[in-house]
Amino acid sequence: MEEKKELLFLDHITMKFGGLVAVNNFYLKLLPGELVGLIGPNGAGKTTVFNMITGIYTPTLNRIYFQGKDITGLRPDLIAKIGIARTFQNIRLMVNLSVLDNVMIGFHLHLQSNLTSAIFKLPGYMQEEKNIYHKSLELLKQVELEEFKMEKAGSLPYGQQRKLEIVRALATQPKLLLLDEPAAGMNPQETKELMDFILKIQKDFDLTILLIEHDMKVVMGICRRIIVMDYGITIAEGNPAEIQRNPEVIKAYLGVEANYA
Amino acid sequence: MGKKKEARYTILALIALAILVYFAQNNLDDYKLRILNISAIYVTLGVSLNLIFGFTGQFSLGHAGFMAIGAYVTTLLVLPPWYKEMIFIIKPLIWPFTIIQAPFLIALIISGIFAAGAALLIGLPVLRLKGDYLGIATLGFAEIIRIIANNIPQVTNGALGIKGIPEFTNLYWSVGVAIFTIYIVRGLISSSYGRALMAIRENEIAAEAIGVNLTYHKVMSFTLSAFFAGVAGGLFACLISTIDPKAFMFTMSYNILLVVVLGGMGSITGTVLAAFFYNFFLEYLRSVEAGFSIGPLTIPEIPGLRMVTFSILLLLVIIFRQQGLLGGWEFSWSRLINIIKKIFFHQRATEGGNG
Repeated sequence: MEEKKELLFLDHITMKFGGLVAVNNFYLKLLPGELVGLIGPNGAGKTTVFNMITGIYTPTLNRIYFQGKDITGLRPDLIAKIGIARTFQNIRLMVNLSVLDNVMIGFHLHLQSNLTSAIFKLPGYMQEEKNIYHKSLELLKQVELEEFKMEKAGSLPYGQQRKLEIVRALATQPKLLLLDEPAAGMNPQETKELMDFILKIQKDFDLTILLIEHDMKVVMGICRRIIVMDYGITIAEGNPAEIQRNPEVIKAYLGVEANYA
Repeated sequence: MGKKKEARYTILALIALAILVYFAQNNLDDYKLRILNISAIYVTLGVSLNLIFGFTGQFSLGHAGFMAIGAYVTTLLVLPPWYKEMIFIIKPLIWPFTIIQAPFLIALIISGIFAAGAALLIGLPVLRLKGDYLGIATLGFAEIIRIIANNIPQVTNGALGIKGIPEFTNLYWSVGVAIFTIYIVRGLISSSYGRALMAIRENEIAAEAIGVNLTYHKVMSFTLSAFFAGVAGGLFACLISTIDPKAFMFTMSYNILLVVVLGGMGSITGTVLAAFFYNFFLEYLRSVEAGFSIGPLTIPEIPGLRMVTFSILLLLVIIFRQQGLLGGWEFSWSRLINIIKKIFFHQRATEGGNG
């Protein structure tokens, strides 16, 4: 079988904050179409990995490649432009703007018209604006948020806000989607819906997804490959069954040596 | 209601406004005209500050500085060379101001460009700061401009100031510029770029993560805001006909900020109403300053009492209605008609009840 070209390649990256090594020698190859889970106890360095990929931090050591191109240290908005979108652990919506506006902002980075034609509403811009409007509505329809389009984003129920944040990320037309604890704070029913939702958007939008999650049911349920981090290093990697058996993982989560006797 | 209908109403309203301005300009006395002119200039200043503060969320206290730049540039351009040579007594005026003279419109545009240039220059480093720090940095900038103006008499005539500036500013100019400012800022805010600016205000990290170039959008908003402040400075100079560095102290930025906060951050309509309200009320309060008596209690003449009154008003607004008088509410004809309809139907309902 011909080997597929990797979409994202983290080449043994290290992030140090002063004397603290948050991420040490982290290696990851993501193939197109994969859905990979990144798990680990609190403070293991998972979100730091996300922040390095999305340009919020520049790795202290080594490089990050996306579609074969070196993207280390690129500004976050440029990272978004080349096709990496993310959500945040604590939801970051534009709470005072409408649901529709939140999605429409996601299309801004692909806007061709310049400032002058936007201010004076020239025909070229108006055409683009119309397209953005229809595409945003289409997106909201696909995820069943259309009825809330004129509501303030901050007034949505918690689960819907999570969903909206993902939709806004989708509006940037990403190839790679990074989800930071999407199931945090959700009840079992919402969690179940979220799992279906993630699988659905992965298929519909042809996405590669890297997922941080504490809810093991979600990770074990939808990820075929899982990476476990602790204290900044990768301690295990494999499919859900392998991870569940791995003594290193059990030790990291439970803090004691597993007894197999 | 369709967009075409909205536009038609707006054009009708503009024609009505033009007729109103024509009659005001020809019939009102100088005192009333002065207040109307100042109010219109405050609309320009307030709307431009609202762009950077209300819509983009960047706390700027530098408007007095941009106004000062605009005021001096306009003054130096509209005054005839022989007159400038005569009044610069501390140090002679430097070239090229000794020879150039420009019409009012050109002078205003150049003023705006100079103010925008200054904004671009300081915006690039300063807009990396957030919140109060940005406020302090821009305040510092405005003070620097004022102190420079005090100390380069070969350009500004120093603390003596410049007197006898031709009074070009009339209602046509001040209202015209205000309408142009509203048109541009509204055009920007209602576009995709405007959404990006509001995204920055709401959540900078999220905005950047979905591809909004923070530096570009912040500096663009700041520069455009400064452009209009510069033009307003030029109008101001040609209205009061005399300028000196003291006219552009911190209190000037504060007054504009007050108009924006009072009217509602992120509401152009609110800013327009607040600008007129502020200036009318300020004049009305002159009677307070002159001293008055409540029954047996006689309050003596206290200069500055009206500013105290305004500070109290601002405090009340911040305590009881943080979002300002109109919050983020924006005027449109369909909304106005809806309100009128509501009142109308309500009245009919009560009539029916009585019958």
